[in-house]
Amino acid sequence: MNNFGYSRASDVADAVRQIAADPAARFIAGGTNLIDLVKENVARPSRLIDITHLPLKAVEETADGGLRIGALVPNSDLAYHPQIEARYPLLASAILAGASAQLRNMASTGGNLLQRTRCLYFYDTTTPCNKREPGSGCSAIDGINRMHAILGTSEHCIATHPSDMCVALAALEARVLVAGTGAPRGISFSDFHRLPGNTPQIDSNLRPDEIITAIELPAKGFARNYTYLKIRDRLSYAFALVSMAVGLEIEAGTIKEARLALGGVAHKPWRNREAEARLRGGPATRERFLSAAEIVLREARGFGHNDFKIELSRRGIVRALDQAARGQPQSQADKRIK
Amino acid sequence: MTQSPAAARDQGPSLAAPEKRTITLHVNGIDHKLSVAPWTTLLDALRLHLDLTGTKKGCDHGQCGACTVLVDGRRINSCLTLAVMKDGAQITTVEGLAQGGMLHALQQAFIEHDAFQCGYCTPGQICSAVGLMAEGRAKTLDEIRELMSGNICRCGAYPNIVAAIAEVASGTTVRNTGEANR
Repeated sequence: MNNFGYSRASDVADAVRQIAADPAARFIAGGTNLIDLVKENVARPSRLIDITHLPLKAVEETADGGLRIGALVPNSDLAYHPQIEARYPLLASAILAGASAQLRNMASTGGNLLQRTRCLYFYDTTTPCNKREPGSGCSAIDGINRMHAILGTSEHCIATHPSDMCVALAALEARVLVAGTGAPRGISFSDFHRLPGNTPQIDSNLRPDEIITAIELPAKGFARNYTYLKIRDRLSYAFALVSMAVGLEIEAGTIKEARLALGGVAHKPWRNREAEARLRGGPATRERFLSAAEIVLREARGFGHNDFKIELSRRGIVRALDQAARGQPQSQADKRIK
Repeated sequence: MTQSPAAARDQGPSLAAPEKRTITLHVNGIDHKLSVAPWTTLLDALRLHLDLTGTKKGCDHGQCGACTVLVDGRRINSCLTLAVMKDGAQITTVEGLAQGGMLHALQQAFIEHDAFQCGYCTPGQICSAVGLMAEGRAKTLDEIRELMSGNICRCGAYPNIVAAIAEVASGTTVRNTGEANR
């Protein structure tokens, strides 16, 4: 493995001070992605700043009836937290759909947001990759691109964001709380991750001197009508080909509120407000679901091997909306899609 | 560890051999003081510094689960963990599961159910299963399979692995000694 220095942050202010003083340093928490990237010579930090001792491990109620999740809460603790299970089962389900039990025990809430793409060319340092080496080119566009994006791509990058948890957080309209050398700020989840554009090396709008301190969930959790449907090559421990996080509010047969976020299709969890508006104000019918799916996929574009994702997404969206409307969410243990 | 020429070039002068750090790992009930580089993984510290080679290096990328150990009672991939970050932690490896000359119930069940062929994944499987039992989330065979999916068995002994874990988890016909069935 590449050599690097190591230090510990004593508090959040110290962490910010240390990262601001050494732009080539990186924070380390769970390490499940970063250590792998260092082994692969994709990440070459000068130093790792250990933040695991910072007091960011609480799950607390907020004044407006939501929950604040500390950035260092492990993924498994979050998925099994009684308040998350009861009020935000969509989030619990999405977390349990991802990785393995061991990795979920290690991985932190904040780190989940900051994991890098699993595009094989990003990992293969013998090939050009604009995300790894800006300006070198994209090997995926004309390469093996079965796992790649169909929405929001650019001529410079067609990588996807790999997280399941983030797809649920996008649907739930979470806020990302950050601290830095400037004033602490909150970033709406939709604005946290970026599209690749012509700077695909930058995954998020977190500034280099900032640290995620917490994720805030609004009060509305869609606990009655939700699903996280993940379609993948193996039944477990595989990244999504496509995934759908759905939350619906249905009153007297009419959809009052609808959230639909897609994973595995773009550089960020994908939402389409027009499609969600199309779902609202009428009954939960297959026709309504299909027309929402058409809106989401209107601009979708395949690159050869991943063309199938467009039709798979269309069917997945309809299926997921149907599961949510019926109150029969996808099980993350028995994987049969019902 | 050796460095590739590319790594040496990229690191520049700022990375002139950072100092080793002295840490204490409590492994299988015994305190070990050791001096490790920041980039030494917990897996390498166990195998190379403490000669505890029961924990296996399979993929070294967190994909196979052969390196699974328990840290403060939770199962993790030791290949994706830095030893310096676990200073002071309680670590249990497969060598620490047997008590008083008696195999752990899961070790015994793996033998009874013929839950391995080559055996390379077995220490990770068993440590992972110990973690699974402590978590208490697996109530059905589907759940055992799902929550053990981080441990790959290239020989394909999965049916017997699941049967061994199910037997111990359900508390039925658990055999604590191997003698009874010889």
